[in-house]
Formats: sequence, C-alpha cells, structure tokens
Amino acid sequence: MTMKYAYYPGCSLHSTGAEYDVSFRAVCEKLGIDIEEIKGWICCGTSTAHCTSRLLSLALPFENLCLAEKMGMTDLVASCAACFARLRTAIYEANEDPEIAGHISKALDKPLPKSVNVLSPLEIFCDRESMAEAVTRQLPELKVVCYYGCLLTRPSKVMQFGECEYPMAMDELLSSLGITTLDWSYKTDCCGGALAMTRTDVVLKLTHDIFEEAKAVGANAIAVGCPLCHVNLDTRQVEVEQEYGAQYGLPIFYFTQLMGLALGVATEKLG
Amino acid sequence: MDPILTITSRSQLAEAVLSESGQDVNLCYQCRKCAAGCSISYAMDYKPVQLIHAIRLGMDDLVFSSKTVWLCASCETCTTRCPQEVDVAKVMDAVKIIALRQGLKPAIPQVASFYKAALANIKKCGRMFELGMIVGLKLRTFEFFKDAGMGVKMFKKGKLKIVPSFRGAWTTWKIFRRVKRLEKKELKHLT
Repeated sequence: MTMKYAYYPGCSLHSTGAEYDVSFRAVCEKLGIDIEEIKGWICCGTSTAHCTSRLLSLALPFENLCLAEKMGMTDLVASCAACFARLRTAIYEANEDPEIAGHISKALDKPLPKSVNVLSPLEIFCDRESMAEAVTRQLPELKVVCYYGCLLTRPSKVMQFGECEYPMAMDELLSSLGITTLDWSYKTDCCGGALAMTRTDVVLKLTHDIFEEAKAVGANAIAVGCPLCHVNLDTRQVEVEQEYGAQYGLPIFYFTQLMGLALGVATEKLG
Repeated sequence: MDPILTITSRSQLAEAVLSESGQDVNLCYQCRKCAAGCSISYAMDYKPVQLIHAIRLGMDDLVFSSKTVWLCASCETCTTRCPQEVDVAKVMDAVKIIALRQGLKPAIPQVASFYKAALANIKKCGRMFELGMIVGLKLRTFEFFKDAGMGVKMFKKGKLKIVPSFRGAWTTWKIFRRVKRLEKKELKHLT
C-alpha cells in the first residue's frame, strides 16, 4: 500500500502563495505521491495568534490535526513553512505540558488526536531514492541559493529539522535533480516576515541584505519554501531596488516549481 | 546539565512572564547571544538582552514603553541560541500579551492593530481573507495609501481574492469564544 498524506495547504496557498499550492500538487502527481486536502481546515493562527494568546495559538492548529485524524490519516504534510511550524509547535507543547493539553482539548471541545505526524514537503521528497532517474530536463544555467527562512528549522528542539543554523535538505533535494545550488550565509536569516504590513522599512532592510549576499555568491535565482518569504522577496524586490538604488532582478521560485521544471512538468501547471 | 539560576530575588514582572509563558528570565546570565543574532535589533530601542534585564529588575515602565517586543518578528534565532534555554521569543510574546491584557498603549500601535485585524479576520472567516484583513487594518491605522501599489500588483496577479470562503468560520468562532472563556477562568483562578 502506498503512503497517503493529509494535505494542509494553509490560507496563503489559497491566495498569495497559490503557485506553491499548484506546483506542490503537480510534483506530487508526477512522483506518484498520494495527497488529500483536509476537509474543512481552518487557519493555523499564523504569526499573530501566539502574540496575543498562547492557548489560541495551540488550539487552532490542533483543530486541523483532529480533522486529519477524522479522515483516518496519520501523516500530515504542511507545505507553508509557517503552518508547518505552528502545527509542530502545537504537538510539542501539548506533549511537554499536560495542563495546556487539557486546556486545548477543552477549547476544541473534543479529545486531542493520539498520533498525527506533521511533515514538511522537503521531508517527504528527501526520502525518495529514485528522484535522479525522474529528471527529464537539465537546467544548467540556474545557480540557486536555497533560502529556508526562520520557521522551517527554528526552534530546533521543536522543529527537529536537520541542522538549524545551516540546513541542507533543500540544497540536497535540488542537487539530486541536477540543479546547481550555492553555499551562502543567509539561509536562515529572517526576512522580516509578519512586519511586512506594519514596518515595511525593516523588511526592506532585511531583504536587501539577503539579495546582496545572494548576488555576492553569484546566484541567479532564490528558492524558497515559505509564502511569507516569497511575498517579501518577490513582490517587494522592486521597492528594495528603488530604496537602495540597486538592480537585482532575482527570480524567486518555490522549490517545488524548480522540481517541477526538472521533472518535466508543463510550466502552466507550476503557477 | 540543567541551567543554573543566576539570581533568586524575583520581580513581579518576571513572575508574570513566567506564569504566562513558562519562561524564567532569571536564568539569563547576560551573554548577549540573543542581541548579537537578532536581525532586527538594529531597529530596537532596547536589545533583547537589555529587555530581559529590565524584566528581571522589575522596570515595568521601560519594558512596556519599549518598541522591542513589537518589533520582534518571532524568527526564534535568540530562542535557538540561548545557552540557558530561555525561549526569548516566548518572553517577547508574554510581554505583549500582558500589555494587551492590562490595556496599555502599545509602543508601536500599528503592530497591535495588525494582530487585532488578522485575528478578527480568522475568527469571522475561518481562513485568512487577506483583502478583508487589509481593509480591517487600514480602518484601524488610517494609513489608507500604504502599500496600495503592491496591493494592485498582487490583485492583478490574481493573488488577492475578492470574496472570502467562510469555510470553517463557525468552527473558528467557537474556538475563539471557548479560549476567551477558559482564559478568563484561569485568570480569576490566579488572582
């Protein structure tokens, strides 16, 4: 029996990060990975809930875990890095603190699911050995830096996602598909994330640093796995260029889009 | 080896942070790794390590009038690097939660408005409805033309939906209500 994953796209992938959603689905289809979207999923509380209420920030993700369990699934894949972090944090905190687990259960008015694993798409794809054979398109002109952002790897105790200061999962995945990835020191530096709407000046400074470093190591594209990072790096790039009088012209791809290109998925299916 | 406490006299504020977040700031021995690794510390009036010190000393006025916690983007670099395993990002959250609960004026009101707009949106729509959230934020901050160009750009790319889905709205509404009730009960229990 092949493995089936409950798929939690999250709010961004239904709107601002739509190309991550379509390219993830297309790559899964190509690789024969079976995913099913969780029925009736709700927002995980994202970067705001934990700033105002700890209980709320844990109850919202747990509702989605309950829904996945109801569908008879034990493995949940969350492609958005922020959702992935919130879901894993909720499980971690409930395991560490039985009292808060009790409160979450009361807030949801139902028992908490016993065992639902939360996975990132990177973790699913990494396990596949036959990846190199599936490559149909060579992309020799691409020199990519992988930008993991904050939420995939931190805090390491909770996320358990490779080496938190210098992760390699995305680099290894893209390399296995014949795409050149470069070493650089801004893999997990913050892009300003949720401050985009309120303190744009901070976001422009942080993304400027990221672009400068990407250019300095000779990259001609950036790969990301987080819709918040994508908005800041992609949509605000022109603003950064104007502010700092620079010219970057760096295309920002979701890593699933690059995978799709290498695997020969039609470009219109990649968003 | 378990982290070792560096002082034993505790300020009321440190106690409040502890009960809110489970984080004991008195474990801090001022190594400043949190400040050194913080991408945003350049914009903060007090570095994370200074804010922690102020909490330990019970300097409530300084802590609650500081921009630091409102600038924190929760990137968790400090949390990951603290040798005493203080979850600094959680301390930041706790200060914000205490300030909002006490009705204190946030040092950067727009950030608090953003939280309120986003959460009101999730409560009512079930899933984040970006356009509605943006309108909600603008009504709270009166910055009507901020990022208008970017909004138009995203709209043209089809990245902003005009109609919310309302799927899961009833569920989120109930969760928000129960959380509020539970927190009220818990607070009464504490006082």
